[in-house]
Amino acid sequence: MTLSANDVKRIADLAYIEINDVEAKETLDQLSGIFDLIETMQAVDTSTVEPMSHAQSVVQRLREDEVTEADQHELYQSIAPQVEADLYLVPQVIE
Amino acid sequence: MQWEIVIGLEVHAQLSTQSKIFSGASTAYGAPPNSQACVIDLALPGVLPVLNKGAVERAIKFGLSVGAKINSPSIFARKNYFYPDLPKGYQISQFELPVVQGGNIQIQADGEEKNIRLTRAHLEEDAGKSLHEDFHGMSGIDLNRAGTPLLEIVSEPDMRSSAEAVVYAKTLHALVRWIGICDGNMQEGSFRCDANVSVRPCGTEKLGTRCEIKNLNSFRFLEKAIDYEARRQIEILQDGGTIRQETRLYDANKDETRTMRTKEDANDYRYFPDPDLLPLEISANWIDQVQLALPELPQVRRDRYMSEFALSAYDASVLTSSRETADYFESTIKQLPGQAKLCANWIMGEISGQLNKEGLEITACPITPSQLATLLKRISDGTISGKAAKTVFESMWNGELERNVDAIIAAKGLKQISDDSTIEKLVEQVLTANAQQVADYRNGKEKAFNSLVGQIMKATQGKANPAQVNTILKKKLGG
Repeated sequence: MTLSANDVKRIADLAYIEINDVEAKETLDQLSGIFDLIETMQAVDTSTVEPMSHAQSVVQRLREDEVTEADQHELYQSIAPQVEADLYLVPQVIE
Repeated sequence: MQWEIVIGLEVHAQLSTQSKIFSGASTAYGAPPNSQACVIDLALPGVLPVLNKGAVERAIKFGLSVGAKINSPSIFARKNYFYPDLPKGYQISQFELPVVQGGNIQIQADGEEKNIRLTRAHLEEDAGKSLHEDFHGMSGIDLNRAGTPLLEIVSEPDMRSSAEAVVYAKTLHALVRWIGICDGNMQEGSFRCDANVSVRPCGTEKLGTRCEIKNLNSFRFLEKAIDYEARRQIEILQDGGTIRQETRLYDANKDETRTMRTKEDANDYRYFPDPDLLPLEISANWIDQVQLALPELPQVRRDRYMSEFALSAYDASVLTSSRETADYFESTIKQLPGQAKLCANWIMGEISGQLNKEGLEITACPITPSQLATLLKRISDGTISGKAAKTVFESMWNGELERNVDAIIAAKGLKQISDDSTIEKLVEQVLTANAQQVADYRNGKEKAFNSLVGQIMKATQGKANPAQVNTILKKKLGG
């Protein structure tokens, strides 16, 4: 799979990362290198191997359905840039 | 050209857990802003999600009740997008291997049974709420809802009209409440529908380009939004245009849908397995336990009411519209064997009418099943007429005489006259006093008969048993 400079721009855009053309070129080279590595690995026959969804072969621990957290919003909001009426304020976003 | 409408629904059912899906914060509705948003919900650095067993159990319950496959392992994925009410920058959801795979829901559409296939149902967390009211040009964020467990139930595009979509949504709504996994409160957003709508020429197989209508929080809006959207698409196609795949919003005030955003292809969300969560293993033993605890399902109960009590499909459906109503019916019928139709009529008529009038749920019904059974017994054994029973019912509803049926009947003098000799005496008196009408009847005037019945009922203040009056009167006139 080959990546184009446009692909890099698009990925950056989706990730809300601002990059200029020079950075895009550098990133393209780095990402292409990673893709080459993946391609090399894909040469290995894994048709009989079940894919792993996690690096460790252990399973998810579950918690009982109980409320264990107390209201600490004042503490949490003490580090927020702006708060009003117990709400966190952010620059206006309307789609 | 004739067009066929094709609809698939995605329903977000909020699971009725005490705590959130990945944190120990409360899910109670209506708390002060951010009082139920803990460090995990706020996505502060270094925190890790821990999965709520109760949420998984509810998903299994749902899967079993629709005959689906329960995947094990099941895995969680990150769905990436940026919005201030999503502090992590991604929503934990499921992509590959959802907990529930496949399944079927039977609906009653136009008097016929129809099967709607389910694609999947997966667990995910809800986002917070953005308030766009005026905060000096800023938006306010309440993260109480962030992390609330949702089960997203996705159907195949198996519905062909807005009416069918509504029946499906109502059936699903009744089911999630029946099995106790969701309170179904639509005003509070516990049950929200997204509709995927497309149209195609009748007789063709290929699906048209679809539009998704988001966040329909009432059955009426669901129906209207689909109707509007189908009309819109048909008009575009008939004018030679093409449909653009996009997400649309329904505006209830204008009764129309409008573009919210053009559809990002699935890749835009850059789903990948969440490294913070390990694969979820669901043991066969756990599934068996959930299966054992599952109540008799509405469909099964409906069929049983038809076979065991010989009720019509309609009556059986209404009585099984909620588990509470069905339980009420069963407690009543248990004390009045063989009178299913009478019980059904009263529950669907008087009881549900009064409940609706006062905005009460059947669980808050002032008349208990055994009190209702006593009342109905007095109708079936001829003690009171159906009409008098309604008077007794009213008194019971209002709590008179401790809802003691016999005491109310006695106090109001509603006991029916069912004694043959008493009625015969009355009939004779009336016949003697109304010689003209008797003559009319004998000369072929059928109407005179009713008038005579009326006289007798009047003489007894309506207390004579009408069936007996009819028989005796006929006998006397014929003789």
